Amino acid sequence: MRAVFAFLSGGLFGAGLLISGMTDTRKVQGWLDIFGAWDPTLAFVMGGAIIPMAIAWRITVGRTPALGGIFPPAPEPKIGSKLVVGSVLFGMGWGLVGLCPGPSIASLSYGGLGGIVFLATMIFGMMVAPPVRAKLDAIATQA
Amino acid sequence: METDWIYGLAGGGLIGLAGALFLLVNGRIMGASGIVGGLVDGSAGSQSAERMWFILGLFLVPGGIALWMGDAQTHLTDNLWAIGAAGVLVGVGTRLANGCTSGHGVCGISRLSLRGIVATVFYIGAGGLSVIMFKHILGVV
Repeated sequence: MRAVFAFLSGGLFGAGLLISGMTDTRKVQGWLDIFGAWDPTLAFVMGGAIIPMAIAWRITVGRTPALGGIFPPAPEPKIGSKLVVGSVLFGMGWGLVGLCPGPSIASLSYGGLGGIVFLATMIFGMMVAPPVRAKLDAIATQA
Repeated sequence: METDWIYGLAGGGLIGLAGALFLLVNGRIMGASGIVGGLVDGSAGSQSAERMWFILGLFLVPGGIALWMGDAQTHLTDNLWAIGAAGVLVGVGTRLANGCTSGHGVCGISRLSLRGIVATVFYIGAGGLSVIMFKHILGVV
């Protein structure tokens, strides 16, 4: 059952990314292009996604997941250098070509060679992230 | 196009429903970078199979829709160096920040997580600067 619902969630997520325009890098870059021909579509995507998700978080209160276990607890509200540095690096890459992790997989079948190169290099980046993380942690403990 | 916002809102709604389903049924946060990243660095452990099924759905369903509709396009730049650099930045960045657009942006903001909000402000800000720099000033994409 876990596999079935994981597949369904992934499929719905992918359908939403395609329909909303999140896999169209021109739309993504258009939205990030505040000083150019700004395209507001992505604000609607974010809004449309956050509303059902906020309702879902409300439903979790006092309950457990349908297939057992516990709901993920809220992370400590700690804003460290990893969060900020990581988000800035991610944003630079996202703005550069207009792809983020979800859409890179959703568009893999129609994204051509570029899509494959993006996914491969993203996975490489994920492999080298742990030592970079350790380095930032070492700096944080020294300070 | 004038109707783009309707597709945006409808597609966004599906993304939110997907996240709600994964949370309420499987008890997991729908964060694409975490789901993939945990498989890549081995931290997914016993959740590996579940994550593989999620990724399979994420790959096959939009692929099927694109095949059926026949006009899906990513309009990705053909500058492979820029794509490679962006891929590495996205991979390292999302793993350091422990989340991306889906995890911090959709799942985090919707539970009013401070980390999610701060991350989103920084990646959208950096994304905006990146477009100005690489598209308008340097013209590489």
